[in-house]
Amino acid sequence: MNDATPIPTTTAKDWASDQEVRWCPGCGDYAVLKAVQRTMPDLAVAREKTVFISGIGCSSRFPYYMATYGFHTIHGRAPAFATGVKLANPELDVWIITGDGDALSIGGNHSMHILRRNLDCQILLFNNEIYGLTKGQYSPTSRVGTRSPSTPFGSVDRPVQPCAFALGSGARFVARGIDVHKNLPDVLKAAHAHRGASFVEIFQNCVVYNDDVFASFTERDVAAEKQLWLQRGEKMLFAGGAKGIALDRERLALKVVEADDPDVLIHDPKNRSIAHMLVEMPDGFPMALGVLYEDPAPTFETAVIEQNAAAAKGKPADLQALVSKGQTWMVEKEPHKL
Amino acid sequence: MATATHQLTEKEATAHPPAEAVVVRFAGDSGDGMQLTGGQFTLSTALAGNDLATFPDFPAEIRAPQGTTFGVSAFQINFGSTAIETAGDQPDVLIAMNPAALKMNADQVREGGLIIADEGEFSARNLAKAGYEANPLEDSSLAKWQVVHFNISQLTLDSVKPFGLGNKEALRCKNMWTLGLALWMFDRDRQPIVDWLKVKFAKAPELAEANIAALNAGHAYGETTEMGAPFKQHHLAAAPAEPGLYRTVTGAESLALGLVAGCQLAGVNMFFGSYPITPASPLLHHLARLKEFGITTFQAEDEIAAICAAIGASYAGQLGITSSSGPGIALKTEALGLAVMTELPLIVVNSQRGGPSTGLPTKTEQSDLYQAVYGRNADSPVPVISARSPADAFDCAIEACRIATHYMTPVMLLTDGYIANAAEPWKVPDMSGYAPFPVSFFDTPPAEGEQVMPYARGDGLARPWIKPGTPGLEHRIGGIEKAPGTGNIDYSPAAHQEMTDTRFAKVLGIANDIPDQDICIGREGADLVVVGWGSTFGPIHQAVRRALAQGKDVAHVHVRHIWPAPKNLGDLLKGFNHVLVPEMNMGQYKTLLRDQYLVDAQSLTKVSGHPFRIAEIAAAIDKALS
Repeated sequence: MNDATPIPTTTAKDWASDQEVRWCPGCGDYAVLKAVQRTMPDLAVAREKTVFISGIGCSSRFPYYMATYGFHTIHGRAPAFATGVKLANPELDVWIITGDGDALSIGGNHSMHILRRNLDCQILLFNNEIYGLTKGQYSPTSRVGTRSPSTPFGSVDRPVQPCAFALGSGARFVARGIDVHKNLPDVLKAAHAHRGASFVEIFQNCVVYNDDVFASFTERDVAAEKQLWLQRGEKMLFAGGAKGIALDRERLALKVVEADDPDVLIHDPKNRSIAHMLVEMPDGFPMALGVLYEDPAPTFETAVIEQNAAAAKGKPADLQALVSKGQTWMVEKEPHKL
Repeated sequence: MATATHQLTEKEATAHPPAEAVVVRFAGDSGDGMQLTGGQFTLSTALAGNDLATFPDFPAEIRAPQGTTFGVSAFQINFGSTAIETAGDQPDVLIAMNPAALKMNADQVREGGLIIADEGEFSARNLAKAGYEANPLEDSSLAKWQVVHFNISQLTLDSVKPFGLGNKEALRCKNMWTLGLALWMFDRDRQPIVDWLKVKFAKAPELAEANIAALNAGHAYGETTEMGAPFKQHHLAAAPAEPGLYRTVTGAESLALGLVAGCQLAGVNMFFGSYPITPASPLLHHLARLKEFGITTFQAEDEIAAICAAIGASYAGQLGITSSSGPGIALKTEALGLAVMTELPLIVVNSQRGGPSTGLPTKTEQSDLYQAVYGRNADSPVPVISARSPADAFDCAIEACRIATHYMTPVMLLTDGYIANAAEPWKVPDMSGYAPFPVSFFDTPPAEGEQVMPYARGDGLARPWIKPGTPGLEHRIGGIEKAPGTGNIDYSPAAHQEMTDTRFAKVLGIANDIPDQDICIGREGADLVVVGWGSTFGPIHQAVRRALAQGKDVAHVHVRHIWPAPKNLGDLLKGFNHVLVPEMNMGQYKTLLRDQYLVDAQSLTKVSGHPFRIAEIAAAIDKALS
C-alpha cells in the first residue's frame, strides 16, 4: 500500500461492527473473532482497505462482525471472489474466512487454485471437523467413525489433512493455531506479514455438534505434552522443553527425542520436506503449531498486473483504431440501389 | 485432365444464373483446412465489395479419423451484389475434397448446381470409409448436378514440387490450390491472400512460397483448362452499401469489440473471467490481447470461479464479465443469483449451442432462452438481450454494459454458435457517435450518527456502487436477505417482501429505458407477423421480404430486448391476426409471449444444429396465411 494518508491508531473495538454476533454461546468462533479484532490494530492497515470475504457456514458469518468491507458469498467460492477483488484492486488487504466443509469439500477446487496461484491474501480455515450450520453432519476433516445424523453408524471415509492439502497445492505459507490459544494473534500477524496466500488452519471447537474434538491436544493438562509451537531458528522442543523432534535419517521420518539430543531439529520454515512431515505427524507425536512453512514467491496479482502493463506498453487505448483494424475496404459511393 | 461427368449445354448451365448471389460450400476432412480456406475466401469476397454471410460447420472432434463422414468440416458462404442476410439455403457450388465430404454435403446442393471433387481422394479405401459402394464420380448417382472432377491432390503435389516438401506437407497445400481455383471462378484478387500467407508463414518462408505456388496453380488451372459450360468465371458486382470504411467481423470479434467499447463508454476497466468452452472461447482469446484497454482476462479453474471472480471484480469497482455456453451457464447459476441479490453489475455472455448436457458443442441452437429468463432458483430477475448477427453483437454488448452499470444488475447477453463463428461485412462504427454513460462510484460518508446505506435507491431503483477502499463507507453485503437501505441481515417477512418487490420492479423498470419495439418490414396489424429473436433474423427477414414481394400481408418483428420486453410489444403483437415464432428450440419464446401477452403465438421449430433455411420459413408463412 502506497497511500500517503497515515493509518489512524485503532483499538480492537474500532474493528467490531455494530451487528449482533449470532454464534452459539461458547463457540470457538467468538475467540477467533476477538483474536482477529485484537490483531488488526497492530497491522498498520486501514479499515477501508480491508476486505473480509467468506463462503457459507458458521465461520462465514464472520465478515458481518468486522467494521471493514465484507462480502459473504456462496458456498466454497470465497477464493474465486477474492481473486477478482484482488486483481481489480491489489491495494486491498484481503482476508478469506472459511471452514472445513466450505474450503475442503464444496470449495476444494478453489482452495487448491488460490494456493497454487499464490494470491496475496490471508486464508483462515476454521476447522471444527463438522458441518455446524446444517446441524451436525460429518465433514471432510471428520475422523473415521464420526457418528453424525448423516453417518449414524460412523463415517467410513478417511479425512483430508488441511495443511497437507495446502502444501500439496503449492502453498507458500502454512500455519496452525487454536481458537482460544493466546498465540493466535501472533500466527495471524505472521500470516499477514507474508506476501502471498497465507494458509492458516485454526482448530475451532464446535460446542454443539463436535465438542472437545481437539481436547486430546488442547486441554490444559495435556497442552504442554501435546503442542509443539514452532519458532523460526529455534529448536523444535515441547513438553516444557523436555522433549524434541529429530529426523530419523534411516526411515526419513520424524522421531521424538530427549531435549539434549544433538539431533533436535532447528525450525527452518523454508524446508518443505520437513514441513510435509510436521503437518502429518502421527499419534504419539505432539500437534505442530505456529508457522510450519514459509517460503515467499511472487504473487499472482503482481504477475498479472505486471504482464498487463508490459503488454499495454506503448499501445494507446484508441477505440476508433481498434474497431477499424484488420483488412478493411472503403466504399466510396453506393454501387447501386437494391 | 479434368473431366466433367455430365456436360451441360451453355443454356442448361445458366438456367439458374447466380446473378445476384452465389452460395459456395467448401467441404473436406477436418485436417484439410476448410475453415481457413473459407475464411480467406470470405476476406477476398469482402474486399471485392460483395455482401456476404458465412456458416462454418465443423465437427466437435479436432481431428476425427481421416476420411470418415463424422470428420467432415465445411464452410459455407453466401455472397452477392444484393443484401445478404443468411448463409444461403442451398449451395450453388460444392467443393468436395474427399468422398466423405461429398457424401455429407451433396444433397444440400441445389439441383443443377456445380460439384467440384478431388478425384485423387476417391480411392477404394476412402470410398469405403464414406460408405460408397461404387465411385459416385463414375456412375450416374450425381446426375441431377453438374459434376467436375480432377486430381487436386496430384495437381497440388506438382505445383509445390520445387520446394522439396515431404508428401504430407505438400498435400497440406491442397486447400490453397482449391482456394486459388475458387478465386479464379469468382474473379478475385489473389494479392491479399498472398500477403496473408507471407505473414502467417513468416518463420517458414518455404511454406509461404509453396502455399503461394499452390494458390497460383489453382488459379491458373481455372484460367487455362477448358472444362466446358459449367465451369466458367462469374463476376458479381459489389453490393449496395452505405459509403464508409468496412471490415469483416465474426460474432466473437464484434462481441469482444463491443464489450471493450461498452467499458470505455462506461469509464470502467473490464475484468473478464472465463473458462474454455466451445463455442464461447474465442471471446476470451480476443480480449486477452487487448490489455491496453484496461482489460484483465482471467482463465479460471472452472465456470463457477470464472463468474465468482467477475463478481468479485465488480464488487471492487471494475465491470465483471463472464462468458460461456449453456452447460457452463448452468454451473454459473448460483453465483448469478448472488449478483442479483447483492445487486452488482455483471455481464454473462451465453454463446448458445445444441443441448441438453454436452449436446452439440459445435452446432448452433437457441434453446437457452428459458435458462436466461427463468433459469434460477427463487425470484431472481435478470435483463436478457439477444444479438441477431455478428455486426449486431457489437451494439448489444454496449447496451449490456449500459444496463449493467446503470441499474446495478447482472445482464444476460445471448448469442449463439452460429453468430459467434459466422462472418459478415461490418461498416466500421464512428465511435464519436456513441454517447458515453460514465459510472459514478458513491463516496460520500454518512453524517455523524447516520448509517451507511448500500441499498438506498436512486435513479431506476439502482443502488449505489461503493468500492472497497472508500473511507467511511465500510459495509457488508452478501447472499442473505437484507434490510432495505442498510443491507444488514434481515430475514423478516416485511424485508423479504420489500426487497423482492424492489429487485423485481428495478429490472422490469428497464423497459422504460429501451426503445419501443419497431416493425422491421411489413405493416402494423398485418394478417401475419413473424416474430424472431437472435440469429434467426436473416432467414426470417428474407422470407418475409419475399412474401411481401408476392403481395402477402406479412410483417417481421425482431426482438432484441428479451427481458424486460419493450413496453409496446404486447399491444403491437395483439394487432396482428396471426403470430408465428420461428426459433431454433422447441418453442421457448413462443411460450414466453403467450405467458406475457396471452397472444396465440404459433411455433416453427428446428433443432438440427443448422440455421433455418429461408424456404422453411417461407413455407410456414404460407401455411399460416392459408
